[in-house]
Amino acid sequence: MNIVVCVKQIPDPAEPGALDPNTKTLKRDTKLILDESDAYGVEMALQLADAAGGGEVTLVSMAPNNETAGLRTALAMGAAKAILVSDPSLQGSDALTTSKVLAGAIKRVEGADLILTATESSDGYTGTVPEQVAELLGLPSVTFAKSIAVEGSTVKVERQTEAGYDDVECPTPCVVSVTAGVVEPRYPSFKGIMAAKSKPVDELSAADVGVTAGGWAGAGQEIVAVEQAPAREAGEVVEDDGTGAEKIVAFLENLRVI
Amino acid sequence: MIFTDEHEQFRATVREVIDRHINPFADDWEAAGMFPAHELFPKLGAAGIFGLEYDPADGGQGADHSFTVVYGEEFGRCATGGVAMAVSVQTDMATPSLARFGSPELKERFLRPAIAGTAVAAIAVTEPDAGSDVAGLRTRAVRDGDEWVINGTKLYITNGVQADWLCLLARTSDAGGHRGMSQIVVPTDTPGLEVSRKLDKLGQRSSDTAELSFVDVRVPIEHTIGTIDRGFQQQMEQFQNERLIAAYMATGQMALAVERTAAYARERHTFGRPLLDNQYLAFRLAELSAEVDLLRHYTYACAEQIVHGADLITVTRMASIAKLKAGRLQREVADACMQIHGGIGYMEETWTARYFRDGRLLSIGGGADEIMLRIIADLSGWGRS
Repeated sequence: MNIVVCVKQIPDPAEPGALDPNTKTLKRDTKLILDESDAYGVEMALQLADAAGGGEVTLVSMAPNNETAGLRTALAMGAAKAILVSDPSLQGSDALTTSKVLAGAIKRVEGADLILTATESSDGYTGTVPEQVAELLGLPSVTFAKSIAVEGSTVKVERQTEAGYDDVECPTPCVVSVTAGVVEPRYPSFKGIMAAKSKPVDELSAADVGVTAGGWAGAGQEIVAVEQAPAREAGEVVEDDGTGAEKIVAFLENLRVI
Repeated sequence: MIFTDEHEQFRATVREVIDRHINPFADDWEAAGMFPAHELFPKLGAAGIFGLEYDPADGGQGADHSFTVVYGEEFGRCATGGVAMAVSVQTDMATPSLARFGSPELKERFLRPAIAGTAVAAIAVTEPDAGSDVAGLRTRAVRDGDEWVINGTKLYITNGVQADWLCLLARTSDAGGHRGMSQIVVPTDTPGLEVSRKLDKLGQRSSDTAELSFVDVRVPIEHTIGTIDRGFQQQMEQFQNERLIAAYMATGQMALAVERTAAYARERHTFGRPLLDNQYLAFRLAELSAEVDLLRHYTYACAEQIVHGADLITVTRMASIAKLKAGRLQREVADACMQIHGGIGYMEETWTARYFRDGRLLSIGGGADEIMLRIIADLSGWGRS
């Protein structure tokens, strides 16, 4: 079974991030790491390939400066190879251009049965790329998977919902987004790290994947201004006059969290 | 020593394993006087922490010794010295002789599960009347047909309550002193072997420490590691792993302690100014930081010698110096960190209290400071006449 996993390489969230005042976007000139939310998709793919008794896990990524550090982490976990699209013309790309790049790269992987993504990245949070990729590839898409099983040419997904989960079936090939935290990603061991050094990373340009109008020029959006988030307002104090519990329940119901 | 991207990736793995599987539970384990080795070790095994330098044919990772330095430094940053010590018993105290000298059958049965973390190992050398003076040990294994019959007592055995097997050092002939000892693998479910006491310690409280009693404990002769009657010499080699990993961990621990204390002194205000504005304290921390840096680079020099296949005498001298200086500096750093914190540093809620207790062991365990000095003096030709 051949599985493609879309992975993003992002600035380390543990380091203080900074916005570029000219582009009003996150600076990405430091070493990038594997987005933690993508580690779940990688782990899920490795488990599915194991369960199927074989097959390859291929990573697909778009990143500036030919960055491969995050890809190496996922390769060290056990993925077989990677495709990286890195091109200065892609700087400033919006979610749709990113999806076009990823879809173009995925088309180069022969015999992909399943394409996995995270539900959203940890730095951009648009949450729109998985469905756009599916649309561009002309494939069905299932979102928010908490578990995935493949039986023949059918993918069975438990799709997380507010109330619980839906059982969803879908023919392969298809695109499935994986909810964070549903599997425990394996750690890159020494053996995995050393093996990753010799695994192939196919570095492509935007033109190689058929994207000619990427970056700021092709973006259908413009970042007009960036402002500080408003300071948190004082909370509501509930005096317990014997009905405190009911008031708290009503408050939580109003927020639709219970 | 120059660390590569691969070293840094492995460092990230070790740090994440500690942050996810150890640090959140450290306080509970300290309070309980025990950590769940059989729950934790398989997770560490899956991450390739055990058996870093061992042969992949035995389940090991096949790394060179420089990766052991990374593992040690990172475990030094663990929130409890007790767990770090227990892990290092598994990696560098109970298993090196088995990996070096054990038969294929013995390695398959005992080393492979220890590397996977599905078995917990302990090193059983020290006795009531033989600690640093290993030549004085009395536990005896007498041959009876195809079996050893073991009688004696072992003391201060780290992992001793939870261990599945022991790397035991026992007398196997009447030759006295350093001669006539053997290393024997003893499964802890063997009849006649009992945990006679779980010991209460000043520090390293999350780690279980046992007194073990052997009464007519029978194990096959094939459980002998390496050559019968060469156990002392094999153990001396194993001790170098123990001393080096202790020094690597201590440098990681001390560097973190100095960083954390400096951060506290910057935040803490007295007399209207940050504590760190007092030149005396800034210089004190600078001096300690310099000492830790010197020690760290000395440990790197030790590791490079091992990577390049240095002889045992060279390694023994350097490992003894590293452990001696690490133990002494650890005491100084722990004392200074507590002093700079003041009253809050003496409180159990502050990391300094645990660190002060845990760090004290390094000058005692694995050969006391005085034994390190004896080894260095002997190897320098200044031995007793």
